[in-house]
Amino acid sequence: MTATSSPDAPAAGTPDPVVSLVGVRRRFGQVDALAGLDLEVPANRITVLLGPNGAGKTTAIRMITGALDPHAGQVRTFGLDPSVHGEEVRRRCGVVSAKPALYDRLDGHANLAYSAELYGLGRGDKIDQRIRAAAARFGIEHALDKRVGGFSTGMKTRLALARSILHEPDLLLFDEPTSGLDPESSHAVLDMIREMTDDGRTVVMCTHLLLEAEGLADKVIVMEDGDDLVSGTPTDLTRRFWPGTVVLVGSEAPIDHDVLKAIPGIRQIEPVAEPEQVRLHLDGDHRTPDVITALVANGLRLTRVEPISPTLEDLYFAVRTKRVAGEIAEDGGRRLADGDGVDDGDDLSSVTDRTRQVAALTGWPGSEGPR
Amino acid sequence: MTAPTVPVTDAPAPRATREGWRDLSWRRVKIVARSDMRQLIEDKGFWMPMVFLGAIFFLIIPTVLLLTITKIGNVEVVSQMSKTLEVLPAQAQAQIEGQSPEGKTAYALAVFLLAPIAIVVPLTISTAIGASTIVGERERGTGEFLAHSPAHEKEIYLGKLIASLVPGYATTLAGFGVYSLIVNLLVGPEVGGWFFPTGSWWILMLWVVPPFLALTLSIVLRLSARVKSTAAAQQAAGLVTLPMIAIAYSQSTGALFGASSAGFVIGIIAWVLAVFGLSRGMRAVSRSRLLGVNDGV
Repeated sequence: MTATSSPDAPAAGTPDPVVSLVGVRRRFGQVDALAGLDLEVPANRITVLLGPNGAGKTTAIRMITGALDPHAGQVRTFGLDPSVHGEEVRRRCGVVSAKPALYDRLDGHANLAYSAELYGLGRGDKIDQRIRAAAARFGIEHALDKRVGGFSTGMKTRLALARSILHEPDLLLFDEPTSGLDPESSHAVLDMIREMTDDGRTVVMCTHLLLEAEGLADKVIVMEDGDDLVSGTPTDLTRRFWPGTVVLVGSEAPIDHDVLKAIPGIRQIEPVAEPEQVRLHLDGDHRTPDVITALVANGLRLTRVEPISPTLEDLYFAVRTKRVAGEIAEDGGRRLADGDGVDDGDDLSSVTDRTRQVAALTGWPGSEGPR
Repeated sequence: MTAPTVPVTDAPAPRATREGWRDLSWRRVKIVARSDMRQLIEDKGFWMPMVFLGAIFFLIIPTVLLLTITKIGNVEVVSQMSKTLEVLPAQAQAQIEGQSPEGKTAYALAVFLLAPIAIVVPLTISTAIGASTIVGERERGTGEFLAHSPAHEKEIYLGKLIASLVPGYATTLAGFGVYSLIVNLLVGPEVGGWFFPTGSWWILMLWVVPPFLALTLSIVLRLSARVKSTAAAQQAAGLVTLPMIAIAYSQSTGALFGASSAGFVIGIIAWVLAVFGLSRGMRAVSRSRLLGVNDGV
């Protein structure tokens, strides 16, 4: 397939990506788990692989560490081929899988000690101190002498996180790390992941939960059917897939939409629940002062003017909508970025809403309806 | 941008020089084995039956039989046992020591007829462990941890082999010590002093049993890597173990009945087969199998 994102282009002086997959294919029986995946993971950033179940996120992680070999294409992690230099690559990676992959019959300390030894740290007092420090970082040190079989899901996840950093890896790979956690624990785990990049580590995180990636991702790679749809920073994706500027306007009295239609620069009028409020899709940021001036000139006593930034969820559905429309595969999404007038916004809004309706039926994330 | 295009083919990517013998770390083999054995020790549900099995074969059955013959002096039992001894090969009969019929019967029973205990116990215990060792990692999800770890596939295989072999063999050696004590205490006075283990038993325990154990485990671990569940592994392992026990029993009995060179020869053949089986079995453990993905193999 073709990669879609211009932000992936390495700029002069940009450090080499920590991970690079080019045209990677992997088949399980008759199923294509990866169908020509391209992706790059920049150093010292959080890259989020976003996609529904079966998109190929877990397989991509397994390719990165060399746990699985590709059937075609090229994988480079730290510039090395994991199929050949697997031990060296895996020694520098820390992985937390969707299932915590802990030994229930052993206690927490023994689980971490096993990992420490396998990763070549050895044994002894210094390692014990390191184990306790890693456990303390994730608030699980009090349970180190207890059998893991009795741990809650949250405790297991914390222990798995502690295990993943024990050998101080350069690259951390988290495969749906909040799977099965309650919201409070999920929040805590995501905070911990965010902190990890403060140490200069590179993080790759898989999730199908859009809210998880919100505010966490430095780079987003949207995957589907073993392929990457688009990738870029949330800002890039907003620029390319979000139709211009959206402003929420509130007034003391119900707003007359006929008045709005006469104001230049408004591409779309999106009603909200309260008749005193409306979302206006504008041609661009530069239109905002003119539109506000025109609204006041038309006698509206404004109580609220709020620029609306799209959430990752909005972007995700926008991307998928364009994928359904067959527009991304052909041009890598650039046509959307060009912006060709009013129609784009109308199409996006209405089709995105339809996608959300489908999502509500199929159990897709973000199926609670348009915001 | 459009990512650089690399020509792709449907053929599997070359695997180059990965994970050869030269890279194998015995330290990591030991780590895997130790962790697996530690988990067994932590599981009372596993080792309690193991201890019972050893106790039944090495302690209870021999004690009851030998006591009945030597101390109770049950004439009918001794008579029946004496008739049984007549079917032994002449070479074996010539080795029987003892002054009284009770002494001779007890000696023959202890030295020649209780060989199965040396085979049944280790094979049963080790097979039970080995059958679930790889498929168990997959079922518990811990295969993911091992697959992403720096450990080589061969190291994981050998670690698990050792962790399966050692408990069965260690139990057998411990049981053998207890058995030797019982035999010497109960039969020794009848034959003029402590006499057990005989040379043939030493060869059996140290030279013949280990390769049979390794050979059986090489098959069981392959099964464990290939099947989809622990239950299926146990079933399949049972099918393999029964004929292996029969073969091992017949060969060990032969080793005891024949000259000491017979034991050596049987041991050599068993070792050759075991090494072949292990080298083949080593290929069965792959990262994709630890992960439980369908690779069409």
